[in-house]
Amino acid sequence: MTQDDGQRTMGSFYAHISANKRKSTFLVFAFIVLVAALGYLIGEAWMGEGPGFLGIFGIVAIVWSLVAYFAGDRMVLAVSRARQIHKPDDPELWNVIEELCLAGGLPMPRIYLIDDTAPNAFATGRDPEHGVVAITTGLRSKLTRDELQGVMAHELSHIRFYDIRLQTLIGVLVGLTALVSDMFLRGLFWGGRGGARRRRSGSGGGEGLLLILAILAAVLAPLFARLLQLSISRKREYLADAGAVQLTRYPAGLAGALQKISGDAEVLEVANRATQHLYIVNPIKSFEKRAKNLFSTHPPTSERIARLKAM
Amino acid sequence: MEIVLIVIGAIAVLIILWVIGVYNALVALRNRVRNAWSQIDVQLKRRYDLIPNLVEAVKDYMEYEQETLQRVIEARNQAIDAEGVKAQGEAENMLTGALRQLFALVENYPDLKANQNVMSLQEELTTTENKISFSRQHYNDMVMTFNTRIEQFPANIVAGMFTFGQEDFFEIGEAEREVPRVDLR
Repeated sequence: MTQDDGQRTMGSFYAHISANKRKSTFLVFAFIVLVAALGYLIGEAWMGEGPGFLGIFGIVAIVWSLVAYFAGDRMVLAVSRARQIHKPDDPELWNVIEELCLAGGLPMPRIYLIDDTAPNAFATGRDPEHGVVAITTGLRSKLTRDELQGVMAHELSHIRFYDIRLQTLIGVLVGLTALVSDMFLRGLFWGGRGGARRRRSGSGGGEGLLLILAILAAVLAPLFARLLQLSISRKREYLADAGAVQLTRYPAGLAGALQKISGDAEVLEVANRATQHLYIVNPIKSFEKRAKNLFSTHPPTSERIARLKAM
Repeated sequence: MEIVLIVIGAIAVLIILWVIGVYNALVALRNRVRNAWSQIDVQLKRRYDLIPNLVEAVKDYMEYEQETLQRVIEARNQAIDAEGVKAQGEAENMLTGALRQLFALVENYPDLKANQNVMSLQEELTTTENKISFSRQHYNDMVMTFNTRIEQFPANIVAGMFTFGQEDFFEIGEAEREVPRVDLR
């Protein structure tokens, strides 16, 4: 690798990384704007108090985010039946990760082994100082040293690009959207608009239109929020792949591992819908077949392998 | 008139703050480069220390391979004595080659392959070789980041003011450009 590698060549991991980061930032920004708009609209239609509602919305979002941010890693590990390992337990795994941390100037993460024959791995942790990586015994035994390193490089890249932080934030926004929409629609169904009487009688037609818009928004918003979340998730997977190559400078390692994982039909028992986005390959196998559609947390494996080979 | 003076003053303060910010960022980057450089030496030293242990462990089993063992020890000693980046790089590569030969031979000795000590030493040497490569890679990445930063506008103005010089990449000569992917198995 020469130092003056054309950084603008599509296919080089540098290009992938910068393009991806730009798109993700835009998507997140768009998301926040949309959610805020939803909150305002519902607040206006429901109680005539758009700004106030938005304020409460904002506070709830912040509190929820903080809880998820700090408690997140522990919850995920508890759910997944993982046990921590140190160097004497598995020197090769430890060394592989230590090499990557050297390449990336990163602190060592905590390392966990999951007792499951299905092949998969995941990462969590709000920043590199609190990083956690985990791998199933099934995957551990199937991979060569280079492939193992590729997988770990992908996971470490999720941590060093702060993907967990990002996805926590997005998760909160999606949850809030669903919650608020739900509350609003239920409120309408059961009791009518509580604050309506408080508002001065103004243009009757304007109120009606506002209400219709709000209902439309409440029905569609959770769906769009989810789609946006999945789109961001897929982008970040590609980013982690490029990040892995940046660390190892050896795309064949990760490509080989992905090949092996995707060939395996076994379902990972401990994963469920809540944690699927954390894994390197979607552990809920039925999704792989429909992977090209909008409802997948991961891009299709064949596409990931193709991009890696082009790097 | 006063307003103009205040505005000029405010701009001046902002510029000074910006210069300080860039200067500090450059200092931090340059120190990362230096740190990365000394990391390479840490890994090299590890390797020099591990090799005698390895030779000791296999020596009794491999009576007929004394020549290869000798070569490994010699290559190691040469690498320790080598002066300058180029000579060091060449000596390092010779050492890697000798180690590879040694481990190829280990394949022929089933007793050795069953020996836990030897196997874990093999893993240790593999990881040390890799760590040397990765620490060089990290060093070069840091150099690239630093050099780019001081060359790009507008930080290059600050860099020029305070003599931040370009750092050198770690490079080996053309002949040795092929960096082996080390898996000593």
